[in-house]
Formats: sequence, structure tokens, C-alpha cells
Amino acid sequence: MTSASPATVVAARPRTRSGAGRHDLRRFLLRRLGTGVVLLIGITLVAFVVTHLVPGDPVAANLGQSAIGDPAAVAAFRHQYGLDQPVPVQYLRYLGDVLQGNLGISEQSHRPVLADLEEYVPATIELALFAIAASLVVGVGLGIVAAAFRDRWPDHVIRVISLAGVSMPVFYIALVAFYLLFYRLGWLPGGGRLDPAQGAPTHLTGLYTVDALLHGQWELLWSAIRHLVLPGLVLAIYTIGMLTRFTRASMLEIMGNDYIRAARLKGLPEHVVILRHVLRPALISVITVAGLAFANLLSGTVLVENIFAWPGIGQYAYHSAVNLDLPAIMGVSLFIALVYIVLNLVVDLLYGVIDPRIRLS
Amino acid sequence: MTQLPLPPDLPLPSATPSLDAEVRRRRRWLRVPAPWRQPLAAVGVVVVGAWVVIAVFAPLIGPDNPLAQNYGILAAPSSAHWFGTDELGRDVLSRVLSGARITLPLSVLLVVLAMAIGAVIGALAGFFGGWVDNALMRLADLFFAFPGIILAMAVAAALGPQLRNAVIAVVAVSWPSYARLVRSLVLAARNAPYVIASRMLGASGWRVMLTEIRPNISGPVLVLGALDIGNAVLLLSGLSFLGLGAQPPTAEWGAMVAEGTLNFNDWWVGTFPGLAILTVVLAFNFIGDALRDALDPRTARAVRLS
Repeated sequence: MTSASPATVVAARPRTRSGAGRHDLRRFLLRRLGTGVVLLIGITLVAFVVTHLVPGDPVAANLGQSAIGDPAAVAAFRHQYGLDQPVPVQYLRYLGDVLQGNLGISEQSHRPVLADLEEYVPATIELALFAIAASLVVGVGLGIVAAAFRDRWPDHVIRVISLAGVSMPVFYIALVAFYLLFYRLGWLPGGGRLDPAQGAPTHLTGLYTVDALLHGQWELLWSAIRHLVLPGLVLAIYTIGMLTRFTRASMLEIMGNDYIRAARLKGLPEHVVILRHVLRPALISVITVAGLAFANLLSGTVLVENIFAWPGIGQYAYHSAVNLDLPAIMGVSLFIALVYIVLNLVVDLLYGVIDPRIRLS
Repeated sequence: MTQLPLPPDLPLPSATPSLDAEVRRRRRWLRVPAPWRQPLAAVGVVVVGAWVVIAVFAPLIGPDNPLAQNYGILAAPSSAHWFGTDELGRDVLSRVLSGARITLPLSVLLVVLAMAIGAVIGALAGFFGGWVDNALMRLADLFFAFPGIILAMAVAAALGPQLRNAVIAVVAVSWPSYARLVRSLVLAARNAPYVIASRMLGASGWRVMLTEIRPNISGPVLVLGALDIGNAVLLLSGLSFLGLGAQPPTAEWGAMVAEGTLNFNDWWVGTFPGLAILTVVLAFNFIGDALRDALDPRTARAVRLS
């Protein structure tokens, strides 16, 4: 029943290898999937309670001034969105719809929320993938250097950099970057996913860079990459700082082990010790954090997407929240929670790949 | 490489420590380091201290009333207005200084609230175990899996865009980390000899919890709180930036940065409040980082894993 949090998996006693490994894995997967489903249902409940038991009135937020004065229009609106039913009935109806893949109709776009998500999710995924890749390269790299030069000047410099990274107000840095690199210097485009005159590349995945690459649309590919850089890096700043600190800490923890001393005593060059013997086990906890960081990036895009006019779920969520578009807010929450749960599961499975000692608990 | 690493701070046994002194020494879970050994922490303390002084004395220090529209609009920084004036002719310096009176107390308040809620829930879960533990921790998982800023946005939007509601929203998304930490600490302490001794003396569960366990686990919780203040400042000002927190004409830093986006050519409108946020958060993180280093390794690990 207890969901295996990263800490408990790491702390789990290494079990002897037995022939039952495959069976264990299936049981583990089933149990984790079960917990995930329960969590998702819980999320719908929280989202529903938060958005329904509060004074905000979607009627006032979505109908025009003249329509609010017309009782028939208000009643029709309430009936159309099921708002005339008791709250528990509304929830059960929503839950039943969700199970059939129907997330409701957005009160703003008047389209199914699922269709809206399909349109906006790829943009956010592309941005978050770029950001997490940049953070892993830079963050883990800096962390390795810091750990290798512990308490010497590179470590101190990197420490200040990483602390600065987690201290940056992302909306402010986004503005500064926008002002300098786009407005003043004109090195990078200012917003959106492509230049205004360009049409989207032939649709396949919805990730413009991937689509353009697969179809050989080089000009679009270049444009998509240039548009990604600014928002992607701004979004990555916090994660870079976090991953740097985390990589350093977990490497230092491992460096205290006897087998590291043994490796050094038998005369291995320092870079082999660091990269082979220290980094590999340290990556376990780094992967945990990176998995969760990716889920956080998805919701953290709200501020960045708003500034860079990036048409992703961050902007969608913002506009839904401001307009009290309940089905849309719940759709976005559900999607991000789903990603979070799936990533948690993937992270747990990756442990076993990286460190065979760890049996699934 | 040839030298075996010694534990950095192995305490040297003093000649004949009295029992009292020994207990006091052990209770002190923090080594307070000399400032030159932790220069970043010293900088952090000075900067936070300066902002606290500013927050307290803002009306006296600031050249002008932060809400008064007394001057020409959008004047560049000059000797009369060090930080310039904004689009309503208000003195930006006065507004930045008075912004400290909003951000600092509210961030501390919301961390304290999140800590209190999380501590109670975590303590109940750890102490009672069983289905109570399961139910409470699944609740915490739920809020963990819920996308933080989206929940905050939904709460802030539904309750109405007000500073108070932004605080409620941030508390709602930040209590679970305290609950998890406190639960793990209580679980570890539950079977410690001093707790068993106290129970065998006939102490009730509440008494054990409040007089024995609480003082022994408060250290790591306070450190997590110190580390969290920076995040609280960022979330709160982020919500205000989106227009879901402080409303005009309140001089709040996030809202002021948002005003800066509307006056793009006049960089001083948004730059100085942004720098204010950055310095405050950086200073708190400097302090929190040093605190974590100064913890003994066991609790440091607990805080990091939470």
C-alpha cells in the first residue's frame, strides 16, 4: 500500500537475486499503477473541491454583462455546464466523463478540454524537454566539478552560481533576458514558437523541432530552435541550480565510502575514480530529482510562457484560472499529475537499471 | 589521497564536563561558525538584517509616500529620484523600500503556517501509524502530485485575487514537505530509549510528544523552514506578478515587476523591485545553505531527503 518514495527504495535492503525477479516486477508495477490511479482520482477530487466550494462564480466570469441580466441565459448556461445539479452529483458526472476520456468543454474556447490540451501540451513538452536537457548537462557537469574540487575555488564559485540559480525570480530574469537579448541586441527572437510568417511544420508529434527535423524542413528547424533557446534557458535556471547542488551533495556522500578509498589506493587516476566509481551511484539520486524536476517544469512554465507568448499549457492554465474556466483548470491539473505519477514510476524502474543491487521493494 | 579523512568536527572531550554542560552541548545541534568561515552566510545575515531594518523603518528612510503620485511620470533615475519614477509619478525607491513591509512578514508568516500545519499532520501520522499514517500521508502525496503553481492559481483565482488568498494558496502547496519530514523524524524518535523511558514512567502520548520528541526534532524542521523562505518569496511575488496576489496600488515587488513589463523602455520601473526580490531570496538561501551545512550529518540527510 505504501507508495515507494525514493528514500525508501534507496534504503531498502538489497535482496538476494532470486528467480522471482520478473514476478516481483509485475506485482510492483501493478501496485504502483493502483496507487497512481487512486492519486489521480484524489487529484480530481481536490481540484473539484477547490474550484467549486469557493465563492467565485463562473457565470459572472464567462457571460457578458447583458446575458447576466437575462435569467433565461443564465439558466441555460448553468444547465449546459451542469451547474444546476448538486455538487456531489456534478463531481460524479465529471469523474464518469473523465473515465470515458471526456474532460468537459472549456468555457472559454467552447471546445473539448482534451482537444485544447492536445493543442497546447506539445509546446510545453518541447519547452520542458529543452530545459531539462540543458539543466542536466549544465547542472550535473557543474556538480561534478564542484565535488571534484571540494572546498577549493571552483567549488566556491559553483556554489554561488547554483545558489543564485535557485534564487532567481524567473519572471524577472525572463524580462531581463527578453530586454537584452531580443529588444536591445536582437540576437534571439522574442516570443512564440516560430516567426509570425512561418507556418507549423508538417504535424507528426507536435514538437516543432522534431517534426521539422523528420520532414527535412531545415529553415523551420532552425527557427524553432532559435525560438526555444530564450524561454528554455530561462526556465532551466532554477533546475540547473538545483541539480548542481544535488549532484555535488550526493557525490560527496559517496566519496566517503571505503570502496572509493580502495579505488584510489590501488592507483586509479582521479578522473576514473570520479567518473566511474563516484558518478554512477550518485546518478541514482540525481535521476530521482531530475524526474520530479521535469514534472515541476511543466507547471513552472506558467510564468515563462506568459512572458514569451509560448502557446503551451502554462498560458492555457493561466487564462483558465483567471476566467474561472473550471473544466480547463481540472484538465491541466490532471494532465500534470498524470505526468508526475508516470515519471515517479519510471524513476523507480530506472533505479534497477542503474544499480542492480536495488531490488524493487 | 594519502591522508585518511578525519571527521571534520570530532568534538574533543573536555577534561571533566559536568553532566549539565554535556547535555547542553549535545542539545546544541548547530555549531555557530565564525563568520569568516562562512562568508556567504555572513553576507546573507547582513542583507536580511538590512532588509528587516528597511521594512521596519521604511516610512522614515523612504524619501516619499509610496502611494503618492507627486512627480512627473516615468522620470529616469536622477539625484532627486534615485530609482526614477513610475507611470503614475510615484517614487520607485520609496515603493521598493516599502515593498519589504509586505514581502518579508508575509513570507515568514506563510512558512510558519505551512510548518505548523505540516508538523501537526506529520506528527499525527508518525505517532499513531497504521491507517492514520496511511490516510494522512496519501493526503500529503496528493498535494505533492498536484501541480503547485496551478493549484495556487486556482485557489487565488477562485477566492479572488488578493494578497491574503495568495498566501493561503502558497500555504496549501507547501505544507506537505514539512509533514513528510516531521513524520520521518517522529518515526525515528518513537523507539528511541528516551521516549521509551518516558513512556515507562507513565507519560501519556501527548506528553511524550510535546516534552520529549518535539524539542529533539525541531532543529531540522526549522532548517527546512529557513530554506523554504526564499521559495515562499518567489511563489508569492510570482502570483502577484500574474495579478493573482497584491493588487494595485499596493507596492508589492512582484506586482511592480509586472508594471515594469508595461513600461518596457523605462527599465528602472521593473528592474529595482526585481533586484529587491533577488537579493532577499539569495540572502535567505545563503543562510539556509550554511545552516544545512552546520547540521550534523544525520539531520542534514533528513532535511535533504524530505
